Amino acid sequence: MASQSRIWRPDGEAKRGLTLVAPPFLYALLLLAAPLASILLLSFWSQDFMTIERDFQLGNYREALTDPLYRTLMLRSLRIAGLVTLITVLLAFPIAYYVSFHVAPSRKSLWLFLITIPFWTSYLIRVFLWRVILAFDGPVNGSLMGLGLIDEPLPFLLYNANAVIITLAHAFAPFAILPIFVSLERIDRALVEAARDLGESAAMAFLRVTLPLTAPGILAASLIVFIPTIGDYVTPRLVGGTQGTMIANMIYAQIFDLNDRPMGATLAVCAMTIVGSLALAVTLLTRRWSLKR
Amino acid sequence: MTSLRLYTLLYLAFLYAPIVLLPLFAFNDGTVIAFPLRGFTTAWFAELAQTEALHEAAVNSLIIAGATAGLATSLGVFAARATSRYRFPGKAGVVGFIMLPLVLPEIIVALSLLVILLQLGLSLSIWTVVAGHVLLCVPFATAILSGAFAGLDPSLEEAAVDLGEGRLSSFRLVTLPLIWPGLIASALICFTISLDEFIIAFFLSGNDPTLPVYLWGQLRFPGRLPIVFALGTILVLASIALLIGAEVMRRRGLRRAGLSDRGGSLI
Repeated sequence: MASQSRIWRPDGEAKRGLTLVAPPFLYALLLLAAPLASILLLSFWSQDFMTIERDFQLGNYREALTDPLYRTLMLRSLRIAGLVTLITVLLAFPIAYYVSFHVAPSRKSLWLFLITIPFWTSYLIRVFLWRVILAFDGPVNGSLMGLGLIDEPLPFLLYNANAVIITLAHAFAPFAILPIFVSLERIDRALVEAARDLGESAAMAFLRVTLPLTAPGILAASLIVFIPTIGDYVTPRLVGGTQGTMIANMIYAQIFDLNDRPMGATLAVCAMTIVGSLALAVTLLTRRWSLKR
Repeated sequence: MTSLRLYTLLYLAFLYAPIVLLPLFAFNDGTVIAFPLRGFTTAWFAELAQTEALHEAAVNSLIIAGATAGLATSLGVFAARATSRYRFPGKAGVVGFIMLPLVLPEIIVALSLLVILLQLGLSLSIWTVVAGHVLLCVPFATAILSGAFAGLDPSLEEAAVDLGEGRLSSFRLVTLPLIWPGLIASALICFTISLDEFIIAFFLSGNDPTLPVYLWGQLRFPGRLPIVFALGTILVLASIALLIGAEVMRRRGLRRAGLSDRGGSLI
């Protein structure tokens, strides 16, 4: 009896685990995998005035890859998302470091709570408020002029890619702080102390011990900011002007304004493919690099 | 050290800047959204109370958020229990797929759901929004509930089984009371996400706008902006209240499980 239960246990466990995970997994299959498959299918069809032609063709992809407008928007989205990622991670690292290394353990969760609160409040309102903050008569220009630092409002603040970058760097801040914080928390403090005892300066100990050990957190933070940023619709629409328009705005326009759903689907598939392969490449490269070490 | 502290405080100011400005303009006696402020008024809030379309949107939003919180938390219980308690083949892939909506650009999720709904000939309503919001919220519910399940001693439930209770009733009698605070925290977070979510609601709500969709429509009219800010202030206050509730429940859950606090609900 006892030996039998020992033999059968893994199977029973696997069966029970699979049964339990089935409802959320089926839900995701039905509402995520099936819809994603359907836009992939749709991207090979074509729009013929009001009806959709269901013949397999690659015309949409040819157009998506050759039309200069789509290419400009895609490259701009990549550039904006890349810059947002860089800025957000650079700005976030010291915060995560401060909370992990200099805040008393009992107060850490309060700090993290304070950092995440703005992220949970209405996204739409937050983005719109950046339009107010960066406006010609907004507080940034107002206080700079009040201080006598500038004579007239700065023209490069609103309705361009800069405004999109500032707003997105604000919106995704907690996404960058939390993964970096987690990897900093995992660092055994004795390692840093050992480096100091062996004669490294504080700066060198940070560069040679703390920073390399935080690499997985920094990578996770970068991906978790980069991927959703590429597909942001609200921010470029509200603060981007024509110079800050991104690929998501074009996808929306294809679907709702131009009524060309297959083209919208194609652009979405292209965006996902580019982002997915970039994310995969970065992950593989880092894994290789960290294995080598 | 002091410069790092100063930087952190400046960064917090940057994070909170928009939220601090919001009530200033909501109570400002003037339709122009710029400094200097003109004087104090509660007129914009009074006008909110008289806007019919807004009330419909609010009711839609509350129904959607309530349904989403319940459904996403229920699905999250399955996922969290499976991941924290059992080993099974393909676990990493299955769990990764359930968590995928967390990192996918929302417009991709919204667009693909819209396309399949239209192809199937289904009409858009608040329930299509619920379907999308549940997909988005299950990863958050799973993350929060995994924390609650991880602190649980499996021998407690086994003891109940050994004493003759069925699997289901021992879950109900032993496990459920212990993870109760986690359930509440998860439901509150899902409620907050759904209440604030815009893109999926924008694509899938059809003729039943939610509050953010209604807000989006109002942004086009400069004269309506103070009303938008008044509504925004209420939404932000509601979100903060819900979040504090979730945080309190999360901490209570940790204490009940006898665990020390590792950080926020997403870690």
